[in-house]
Amino acid sequence: MRLRIAVAAAALAGAAVQAQPGGVTFDRILHADREPQNWLTYSGSLDGHRHSPLTQITPGNAKDLELQWVFQTRTPAEPAEKFEATPLVVDGVMYTTLSPNHVVALDAATGRMFWMFSPRLSPLARVCCGRINRGLAILGDSLFMGTIDGHLIAIDAKIGKPIWDVAVSRPELGYSLTVAPLVIKDKVIIGPAGGEYGIRGFIAAFDAKTGKEAWRFNTVPGPGEAGHDTWPSGSDAWQHGGGSIWVTGSYDPALNLLYFGTGNPGPDWNADPRPGANLYTDSVVALDPDTGRLKWHYQFTPHDEFDYDSTQVPVLADIEWQGRPRKVMLWANRNGFWYVLDRATGEFLRGKPFVRVNWAEGIDEKGVPKRTLNATPEGTLVYPNNQGATNWYSPSYNPRVGLFYIPTWMDTYSTYTKGAVEYKEGNQYVGRFPTMTVPALRTGPGNVNTRTPQEGWGAIQAFDAKSGELKWQFKMSDVTDSGILTTASDLVFAGGREGYFFALDGRTGAQVWKGNVGGQVSAGPMSYAIGVRQYVAIAAGSALFVYALRQ
Amino acid sequence: MRRAIALLMIAAGVAAAAQEHSYTQADVENGARLYQASCAGCHGPNGDMVPGIELQRGQFRRATTDSEIVQIIRAGIPGTTMPPTSFTDTQAATIVAYLRTAAPAARSGRGGATVARGDPAKGRAIFESKGQCATCHRVNGSGPRVAPDLSEIGTIRPATELQQKLVDPNAEIRPGNRYVDVVTRNGSKITGRLLNQDTFTIQLIDSNERLVSLPRTELRDVSFVKTSPMPSARGTLSPEEIADVVAYLVTLKGYRP
Repeated sequence: MRLRIAVAAAALAGAAVQAQPGGVTFDRILHADREPQNWLTYSGSLDGHRHSPLTQITPGNAKDLELQWVFQTRTPAEPAEKFEATPLVVDGVMYTTLSPNHVVALDAATGRMFWMFSPRLSPLARVCCGRINRGLAILGDSLFMGTIDGHLIAIDAKIGKPIWDVAVSRPELGYSLTVAPLVIKDKVIIGPAGGEYGIRGFIAAFDAKTGKEAWRFNTVPGPGEAGHDTWPSGSDAWQHGGGSIWVTGSYDPALNLLYFGTGNPGPDWNADPRPGANLYTDSVVALDPDTGRLKWHYQFTPHDEFDYDSTQVPVLADIEWQGRPRKVMLWANRNGFWYVLDRATGEFLRGKPFVRVNWAEGIDEKGVPKRTLNATPEGTLVYPNNQGATNWYSPSYNPRVGLFYIPTWMDTYSTYTKGAVEYKEGNQYVGRFPTMTVPALRTGPGNVNTRTPQEGWGAIQAFDAKSGELKWQFKMSDVTDSGILTTASDLVFAGGREGYFFALDGRTGAQVWKGNVGGQVSAGPMSYAIGVRQYVAIAAGSALFVYALRQ
Repeated sequence: MRRAIALLMIAAGVAAAAQEHSYTQADVENGARLYQASCAGCHGPNGDMVPGIELQRGQFRRATTDSEIVQIIRAGIPGTTMPPTSFTDTQAATIVAYLRTAAPAARSGRGGATVARGDPAKGRAIFESKGQCATCHRVNGSGPRVAPDLSEIGTIRPATELQQKLVDPNAEIRPGNRYVDVVTRNGSKITGRLLNQDTFTIQLIDSNERLVSLPRTELRDVSFVKTSPMPSARGTLSPEEIADVVAYLVTLKGYRP
């Protein structure tokens, strides 16, 4: 009974009392650390840390974590409809998306629903890697969602009704929007997935009030644009050159720079149609968020043949570098290396492998990988595998301890065999699918894993951002598609394909708690508070699970 | 772009909609959208354009139960002009949900079975000024959220029903549009539009447009507001003006027509 009354009081305080008029201003988003009870963006803050300032749950008391509520999405747990969204929480109300594009508003204390919005979707939508959505952005009282059929929709956060709906790209050609949008100032920024369909990627900004497009940056430059000479001349390869946007970017307000990672070049596994470095695929681009103009770029994998999308959240850290403070960017890439870049200039500072890598024997002092392998007609065995050393699942950075945490697939390999490829509108444009002992998608319900450790396994790794040293790794028998959350009490929350959600001591990697969620974790955890009580939420299988300390 | 087929039905709605009289508001509205996009071309917006069939009055030639109607929607009727469709069971069930809930309003005949032809442009002006509709209702992102959002009311309600609502707001209050008065243990009173409820909790949007979720253990009293807060237009608008407002509402088709 005591529990129920406490929750009741929290619900009263949370949903009814704390709501601020005018909704979520950009100033609130910019200073998200001032309201640790809320989670206002995909990564929790614009620096991509996925780090909560909340401290009620600690390595000492995490053993008392207890399930508070579960929200069932009502969609089947099909591999193609994974629950990849990170919820937002604003003043006691949780907003999240369910596969493929349902939006719900929930009482964050009880999981009970205020409203649900389900847009009609075009049957023409083509998605290579799941009919999924990774979440929402909010500004004022408007939520923003991209859809698998290429629309961007503004939704009234109070009543779940659409405010505007714009067609961003053509679904029948394989353009889909799966990324959680990013709000910078008065604009909503998004870009399409679809690098497996021969799309030409872009990042575009829309006026949050009207949906009018403000600018568009092509991740594959056309004739006359800088970087076009990294595509073959006299060919239309660039028009199908890929460069998708799969995950949300980050923003540095002092530099006024917007950062996004870009996806693989098309076609994925036969690079014959596209000799050249293929900018700006597999890159990080730094843009002026007011104009969309490119300020700098860094390409992690030039002329990629192994599907090594740079589909990671840019992690912006301020660390000491060779004796002086430096604004850097930490980036664990699908290609098996993790990088430190200067985020003001794009200068390459360091790149080290964090898994077994054989496609390059290192990275030279200019930041160019020393390539050793290419796809061949006979087949080439390559580490890491096609799914990569990590992928879209969020890493985390805890500035208190200076550690960078990566969800990792260890020692996986693929055989890439060059096969015929031809572009046909709306069809996949990839080449021959590589063999993998560890599949990209879980192939059915359940958590069966019969692999040997030599065929690949999963880990949460902790690296010292400054020294680059591996501090610890938490090994899992199966791989993980889970993002990582850190807290200011130095906890690390993550999960995996095995159906567990767990807490680690962020300094040592020691496991301090685990919960059985019975389904694959394929999303990032987040944390929020109502009244004095801290909660941690994670999507797993087709449900959202919310934990707090036992009272 | 015409979007004839709605793909998004909520799975939980399937089982519910297959049983008569337990449709959710979402089922009904999704069904209305599908009906207006795919069925109204032949059956008419009010379901009465094929002789001998009045879909919204529950008058069918070959079907009685919900599952029989779902079967016909999906498979069509060979040898007739009723074609098979690509609707899933779930989608077809929402169309049935729409037809079933439209039936009582149509049967009652209140508000008149026919609707006078009005001028949508005049209707919009009346909606926003003399009729004072916009003081409570929201359309296309502007206006308060206290009363139901009408941005797609022309898709999800037939004109006959809109006319009836204007003249006699209390004739039928849909479950999704009900208001509740709650009194908390400490005596504070909240009135709001009911969004959701269960055995232990209740969710509403209050008069300050706040989303409020309350555990029932914290409440002294919960009661439905018996009458609609909406005034009748009969005293303030002429029949022609009411027809103009209906004509305007019918044009509100939402954001993805």
